[in-house]
Amino acid sequence: MSDLLGNPTIPPDASDSLAVLEKQRSTAETFGIPLAVLLEITHRCPLQCPYCSNPVELDRSGKELTTEEWKKVLSELAEIGVLQVHFSGGEPTARKDLVELVKHASDAGLYTNLITSAVLLTREKLSDLADAGLCHVQISFQGTEISLSDRVAGYKGAHGKKLEVAKWTREVDLPLTVNAVMHRQNLHQLPEIIQMAVDLDADRLEVANVQYYGWALKNRAALMPTVAQLEECTRIVEEAREQLKGRLSIDYVVPDYYALRPKKCMGGWGRQFFNISPAGKVLPCHAAESITGLDFESVRSNHSIAWIWQNSDAFNRYRGTGWMKEPCKSCAFREIDFGGCRCQAFALTGDAANTDPACALSPLHETIFKQAEREAEGETNRFIYRNFAGGTLESE
Amino acid sequence: MAGPRHISVSEPSRPVLPRHAKLRYDETRQVWVILAPERVLAPDEIAVEVLQLCNGERSVGDISDQLAAKYAAPREAILTDVIAMLQDLADKGFLTEAREKTS
Repeated sequence: MSDLLGNPTIPPDASDSLAVLEKQRSTAETFGIPLAVLLEITHRCPLQCPYCSNPVELDRSGKELTTEEWKKVLSELAEIGVLQVHFSGGEPTARKDLVELVKHASDAGLYTNLITSAVLLTREKLSDLADAGLCHVQISFQGTEISLSDRVAGYKGAHGKKLEVAKWTREVDLPLTVNAVMHRQNLHQLPEIIQMAVDLDADRLEVANVQYYGWALKNRAALMPTVAQLEECTRIVEEAREQLKGRLSIDYVVPDYYALRPKKCMGGWGRQFFNISPAGKVLPCHAAESITGLDFESVRSNHSIAWIWQNSDAFNRYRGTGWMKEPCKSCAFREIDFGGCRCQAFALTGDAANTDPACALSPLHETIFKQAEREAEGETNRFIYRNFAGGTLESE
Repeated sequence: MAGPRHISVSEPSRPVLPRHAKLRYDETRQVWVILAPERVLAPDEIAVEVLQLCNGERSVGDISDQLAAKYAAPREAILTDVIAMLQDLADKGFLTEAREKTS
């Protein structure tokens, strides 16, 4: 997953001649158009990762926007001031028109990023994408060792193919980000993953601990790390950051279950991020459709994307602080974390307007933390694989 | 492995933005930006001026000469500032150096 999305990256510094723009924007009073937009152009994917960030209810291919509809979206995004687009999925290369879409985005002046599992790419396809103006490639890895990696992906041969595509990426001179999603069953491989990113000549590494919504919530007992594992993980990342400064930049996302303060999810609902689903829904977060009772507008409606961002009910429902209940309402941190994640609040409490239980001030925090700790120490290692059938339990 | 990633900026360096970092004027927000993987940087006026001169041919020394002449300012002070700014960008991974011709 991409991380212009409100995860801390470079610390803001007033005296910095190269300030990170979104940090300034995030404090703006007005909700200007986001700098970057995530385009989930399909939910189809050959992999079956048990922590997939897609919703459990996947959009089938018949519902996907057409090539012409996506092109219209891209032109509109460029026109209203979006600067970057992330082509994601599902697996974006499962769409036959990806090169055409990247070309269209580049011609419109957008900076283009491909977030891919890599298993469907050929060298020729990658080279066509580079020629079409693709600026950056982000490849997900499930580990460093073949049997574990392929098992997590639910796809035989995945790891070997990813290594090959990462090599081609650098051969065609595209910058590479290695995206490593971490959980209890692969955290022990973190030092090797960092080394792998260096060996692959990556510019960036995302060490992203699983966030527990949707598919990952179904698989929480098989994925939740122990506190000790997490502390070790943080130590390794900090050491590597120091050691690899200027060679490999490392973004780090921790699981919020073990934190006292919730994360400022998406930089705050409707403040600096939106994504577009395969069927064209404009969403405040890629998991937002898991919240029932919200009506998300589509790019197929009569409204412009800018109108949907500014005025639609779904974006305004949890924007700012007016919707908050206690303990958020009178909390000193209410404009710092905006009460955490709405999808997580909904999934764990049944009401998206409740405080995210990741917050120590939530009445449910203690219960959930204890449950996570128990699960982390438990014996459940079998995955429920992600698929269109609602999931399949891994065979023993 | 490709060329060295971590460059050390000095007077003879001939820096250039790498392919994945694009300097562009953002019409909507009326600011210059550097677009990079998962980042949008907002360089200040001086940084923009320096970066516009970084074409992989001019050295840091040449750039400082030009700016010193343009602003009638002491060259040494300008050189120090230019190196600091470019090194910062290099440390963030958004600056590369033109390679020496080997043939």
